Amino acid sequence: MEALLAVFVGVLTGTGVYLLLRARTFDVVIGLTLLSYAVNVTIFLTGRITVAKPPIIDPTVASTLADYADPLPQALVLTAIVISFAMTALLLVIALVARAATGTDHVDGEEPGADPEASG
Amino acid sequence: MNWPHWIIVPVVLPLAAGCLALLLDARWPRAVARLSVAVNFALLALAEYLASVAATGVVTPYLLGNWRAPFGIALALDRLSALMLVLTAVVAVGAVLYARGGSAKGAHDARGRHFHALFQFQLMGLNGAFLTADLFNLFVFFEVLLIASYGLLLHGAGAARLRASVHYVVFNLTGSALFLIAVALLYGLTGTLNMADLALRVPALGAEAAAPVQSAALILIVVFGVKAALLPLYFWLPDTYSAATAPVAALFAIMTKVGVYCIARVTTLIFGADAGPAAEVADPWLPALAMATLVLATFGALAAARLRLLVAYLVVSSAGLLLLAIGVGSAPAVGAALFYLFNSTFVAAALFLLVDSIASERGEARDALIPAPLGYRAAYGVLFCVLAMEAAGVPPMGGFLGKALLLAATVDHAMASAIWVVVLITALGFIVALARAGSTVFWKAADANPMQTLAARPAPGERAALAWLTAAIVATVLNAGTIGRYTKAAAAQLLARSAYIEAVLGAEPIPPLWNPRAEITHR
Amino acid sequence: MTLLLLAALPFAGAFFVGLLPPTARRAAAWASGFVALAACALLIALAPQVFAGEVPRWAVEWMPALGLAFGFRLDGLGWLFALLICGIGALIVVYAAYYLDTNDPGRRFFLFLLLFMGAMLGIVLADNLLLLVVYWEATSLSSFLLIGYWNTRRDAREGARMALAITGGGGLALLGGVLLIGHIVGSFQLDAVLAAGDMIRASPLYLPALLLVLLGAFTKSAQFPFHFWLPHAMAAPTPVSAYLHSATMVKAGVFLLARLYPALGHSDLWFWCVASTGLATLLIGAYLAIFQHDLKGLLAYSTISHLGLITLLFGLDQPLAIVAGVFHILNHATFKASLFMAAGIIDHETGTRDMRLLHSLRKSMPWTTTLAIIASAAMAGVPLLNGFLSKEMFFAEAAAVQGGGLMWWLLPLGATVAGVFSVAYSTRFIHDVFFNDGQATQIPKTPHEPPRFLRVPVEVLVIVCLAVGILPGVTIGAILEVGARAALGAPLPAYSLAIWHGFTLAVAMSIIALAGGALLYFGLHRFIDLHRVIHIPRGGRELAVFAATRVLVSARSMTAALQTGSLQRYLMLLVALAVVAGALPFVAAGELSWQVPRGLPMLTPVGIPVIAIGLVGIGAALGTAFDFQRRSLALIVLGAVGLVVSLLFVYLSAPDLALTQLLAEMATIVLMMLALNWLPQSSPAERTNRNKSGHLGLAVAAGTGMGLFVFLILMQPVDSISPYFLETAVPQGGGSNVVNVILVDYRGFDTLGEITVLGIAALIVAALLGGAPLLRLGPEPDEPPSERNAHPLMLQIVSRLLLPLALLVTIYLLLRGHNLPGGGFIAGLVMAIALILLSVAHGVEWVDARMQGRYLRWVATGLLLAGLTGIGSWLVQHPFLTSTYKYWTLPMIGPVPLASAAVFDIGVFLTTVGAVLTMLTSLGRLAAISKGAR
Repeated sequence: MEALLAVFVGVLTGTGVYLLLRARTFDVVIGLTLLSYAVNVTIFLTGRITVAKPPIIDPTVASTLADYADPLPQALVLTAIVISFAMTALLLVIALVARAATGTDHVDGEEPGADPEASG
Repeated sequence: MNWPHWIIVPVVLPLAAGCLALLLDARWPRAVARLSVAVNFALLALAEYLASVAATGVVTPYLLGNWRAPFGIALALDRLSALMLVLTAVVAVGAVLYARGGSAKGAHDARGRHFHALFQFQLMGLNGAFLTADLFNLFVFFEVLLIASYGLLLHGAGAARLRASVHYVVFNLTGSALFLIAVALLYGLTGTLNMADLALRVPALGAEAAAPVQSAALILIVVFGVKAALLPLYFWLPDTYSAATAPVAALFAIMTKVGVYCIARVTTLIFGADAGPAAEVADPWLPALAMATLVLATFGALAAARLRLLVAYLVVSSAGLLLLAIGVGSAPAVGAALFYLFNSTFVAAALFLLVDSIASERGEARDALIPAPLGYRAAYGVLFCVLAMEAAGVPPMGGFLGKALLLAATVDHAMASAIWVVVLITALGFIVALARAGSTVFWKAADANPMQTLAARPAPGERAALAWLTAAIVATVLNAGTIGRYTKAAAAQLLARSAYIEAVLGAEPIPPLWNPRAEITHR
Repeated sequence: MTLLLLAALPFAGAFFVGLLPPTARRAAAWASGFVALAACALLIALAPQVFAGEVPRWAVEWMPALGLAFGFRLDGLGWLFALLICGIGALIVVYAAYYLDTNDPGRRFFLFLLLFMGAMLGIVLADNLLLLVVYWEATSLSSFLLIGYWNTRRDAREGARMALAITGGGGLALLGGVLLIGHIVGSFQLDAVLAAGDMIRASPLYLPALLLVLLGAFTKSAQFPFHFWLPHAMAAPTPVSAYLHSATMVKAGVFLLARLYPALGHSDLWFWCVASTGLATLLIGAYLAIFQHDLKGLLAYSTISHLGLITLLFGLDQPLAIVAGVFHILNHATFKASLFMAAGIIDHETGTRDMRLLHSLRKSMPWTTTLAIIASAAMAGVPLLNGFLSKEMFFAEAAAVQGGGLMWWLLPLGATVAGVFSVAYSTRFIHDVFFNDGQATQIPKTPHEPPRFLRVPVEVLVIVCLAVGILPGVTIGAILEVGARAALGAPLPAYSLAIWHGFTLAVAMSIIALAGGALLYFGLHRFIDLHRVIHIPRGGRELAVFAATRVLVSARSMTAALQTGSLQRYLMLLVALAVVAGALPFVAAGELSWQVPRGLPMLTPVGIPVIAIGLVGIGAALGTAFDFQRRSLALIVLGAVGLVVSLLFVYLSAPDLALTQLLAEMATIVLMMLALNWLPQSSPAERTNRNKSGHLGLAVAAGTGMGLFVFLILMQPVDSISPYFLETAVPQGGGSNVVNVILVDYRGFDTLGEITVLGIAALIVAALLGGAPLLRLGPEPDEPPSERNAHPLMLQIVSRLLLPLALLVTIYLLLRGHNLPGGGFIAGLVMAIALILLSVAHGVEWVDARMQGRYLRWVATGLLLAGLTGIGSWLVQHPFLTSTYKYWTLPMIGPVPLASAAVFDIGVFLTTVGAVLTMLTSLGRLAAISKGAR
């Protein structure tokens, strides 16, 4: 399991970084999304691996980490998901408007080969 | 005055003000603007009060939700955070006054939507970041102040601004991802998020955790380096800052200082000298990179073809100087850095505003470094001269005092000679750069007839803002004694750690009104 | 207190002048004159104390942390210099008042002049070395302004900038030196420093300290090789030149030598550095002066050479030499000031300063001629004039150098040669301008005597030259004594100011100098016509300009190379740096193997289906990366990845996460779908592929790194703070869904921030899309998918039922959230997504109509609500966001906590719905509008 998860996170990060380094805004957005998955899973896993023990208190079970998954990382991930959702949405819209204003969806706001002066 | 909740107000007040602005600014824009100004002054008064509390040397904790640290989120007010609050408030007042005033194109705050709401949210994020004692909460406030800054940067739209903001947003989102990775690592290793608790748990880590915790520390410093504009992470800054509208750029003068603040905080509290496996991880990379930043920023300033760019490089260079001092890490050096914070922040803000006013007087030329007719040459010239002296660290201005403090603090340092050469030479570089710019803008333009300038006299708001920030700069020079004592004490407190840790972890929650256990037992 | 008055007077005057109207030249002049004279009066008033050997002081603390005090002291040396500054200052003011043209901005001139005067006074009065540095840089700056006074002229601007760069740079060096001295001595107070000479000389920091201080002094006093800025400062109006070259600016340098002599002198190092520099400057300056055609140029180089002479005297490290040095400072100030003024008069009345044009002015302006001749005779060191006396002393000292070695013969020789040169150029000054009738060039204006008051200052100075020259003992004796004693910091040696000491070696040298000089000039004049020799000194200036341009060019190229404005490049740097930061410690620590604790803990077993899902996720991620160019496809695959992630959350016992992930995923994908309407459906292949391999490498590195991190974490035991939450969630948090309790209670502050972020995002989106740019969106919006299958009927029918259902589910989720998976954010997303479905089915307008779409209000209200719940706890004297609760039992749902936390959660809910809807609908509206547009 550990190995599988490690590989999964690794792949998410790798693909995320690769797309992040693309030249078109939309691809960058996808890259950032993948990257945020990787990050969220990583945070989540800092609570270690617990199968079928959701942190919902059952009065009959002793409240220890042995009987429940670590709730704190889950809370953190929830916050992180919301924030990355907000950021993704914002970036998307900026990309739209930027394309409308500059006529290109290149991250530098100009087609490669255009005069460098334009890059302000 | 000993109401316990003052500490949280710098976060809650702007939040409320922001929401109100959001609800009302469609219908009563003027009222919203007035509210925004009033709130800024209130925040300033509050920051002054909190500083007076912190000046006594006590660290005041605040347990949110009444949960004992490290389980709940705690705020902590020490000398450093109080100082940052004051700086923020002063700059914010200047920025908002300027935003109210308009130039030829009408009031600055009316050139886009929701300026004041975003402005207030930005302040909320800044103040929260300076006050929180919880690493993940720090991340959250980073996001708040960042997303607000995205909105402010976009204020007034325009292709250049959109280009700049695509860079700015993507770059910072990547930074945020890194932040989370570092936080995850630290939690995974220590099992806590509270910075005071981390300060205790990191040294206790075993050898097998040494390497990962060091990685976490370094990644964290990289993240803060993005904000603080440390080489090689500052390249986005000049274009971004020079693309923003003047009041926004002025407020951004505090943004790099957030990164500086965080580096100062974690490298002293968590990864300081006695952090066991993670002790002094930043050495010697931080001072070395900082010096390189300083040098390259000076080159950038010399090469700048526009005043705004020149000022932006000033921001970078001051960040370099601050990080150099913090990297050196001795109490006098950190004290010097904190003293230098004042002037470097105020002068950057003031110059962004001044350059904007000047640009609006120069017609087509705007802020390009080419001769062009300029109205009110005398007034602008005097102001520019004063601010330039401040920026280049020419006596008797505070920049000079700060640099002198730093040099005096590094005589015995291992890298002393390198530091001295870099600091002195770059100072000369900025003198030259600013003299060139000044003589181009004010002297070559001399033959132009002031009567025939295109733009009107700067609006009252703009003049008030410039006066305000200049007054702040002069005040720091005159009160150098008091401020010097405060910053010295702040540095000492920062390096001592114990006061902070004890205050945060020792804070006792208030006993609940009733014990709800009875309520649940029947279930 | 008098001292403060003295030091503040010029600045007060400057302030007053600044208030005058720009054209009020007379008033400004009167004010300045008054300031100068008042300062003189104060000095006279203080004279008795000073001459009695007292040292009046005044001081207040400025910045103790730095050791910087704002204090003044007035000892003999300071008094003497202050008198020079104010006295000659007064004369300069009179002169300038008549010299300046009516359309020169007079106010600015006198303003700058007063600032400069104040700065100079500060230097000589400062009681604290750092304060001295402060005033030092102030002189650099104010002289910059004065030199650039005629700022429409290029040479003025350049000269000003060069002066600032050289002297300002020197000032920084001085700062360094002073800081080192302070570090050695432990104080910047002058008394402490002057008393600590031995300590300083003994310190290992003596060498750098001395060199830095000398760098400051030499740049200021235009010593070789920094002399070149001075001739270019000629671009300043003549009164300024007269002031800068005689009593001030350059004299600040030698003042510093005199001031710090007791602390830094008395060492071979001092002797060699100072004396050799002085000698070189003396000779070079004197030699070059001969070949200048510009009157002021000649005087400038002579200034350089005379300052070299003074520096040399201080360098000799002999008591008598110090006396001679101080004496020559006084004499040079008087005759050089008068000469500059004379040159100014000539310029003023003839319209030229070119000695190749001027000739036989004695006929037209005899009186000026007489004055100039006397002054230049003093410069040449002719007996019965003050210049002669100090020069005599200089020769005597030069001849008296003991102990063989190079200097034993080099000094006397050099001194004599320099003497010869100075006589030569003085002669040229007189002969070329006032005689030389052979010349037949046309002078621009027909010369005549200047107005009365343009001449008065010259007359005064010339009288001083004569008086001192003839009756030294009476006139100057006392002043010189008190000044020299202070400079020496020790009892004075025996010396006499008699004009004739019998026939000494010095007298012989004087005679050689006078005769040789005259011969040299007329020889040159006769055999190689000086006027045709163009001997512009190369070197210094060119070097500086070259260096400056080099720096500028390299700065430009370097900045251009770094600031490429390419985001990909910047991001690469960031990621690379992060990877390095992450890897460094491991590399430093050697291999990884030891990371995994010995006796590897049992890995968690895992079933086939999980592996399968995992592989699907991995495959999907890779798929997205490889197929990103076909965007809609990439989106779908991305959705698959998100799905796998939420399945993972389910499997690893995180139901809330799974729900949130799923919903957020849906919302994101919908957003992206909408966004794709205005973006190309596929990304073009990138033209520049050179970075691609780099990108791949980086991606692999980052991926590996993260994988390893995760593995390490999973391998390592940790004692976390979490048990506390499990234990206290129910009894104190009043909820059994610990995650939700953490979100709304333990870490409610995070959630507050999080929804603020969400709200701001919505706010910005609305601002961006709601504004004008809407219709400019394009350039050519591709067919929105909402067109292809507009409002399918089936969906419409289903969705009508959907809304009430969604509302019900929402409320349910919201209320139970505290105990079972659910909560504000999840509920909000459900609601929002339901409404999105509706808007897909019926169009945005339909939904807007029912929600009267002012979603931003929801956001603000939600945030306010959340904030207010927090504030509410203040009323019960509890910290922000403290939650209290009671249980109420509702039908079907069971006991729900009516916790303030729940109210907080409602705030979260409102904000979420508002934010998500704002985003999606403002994009949806775009679709509608652009549809309408077509």
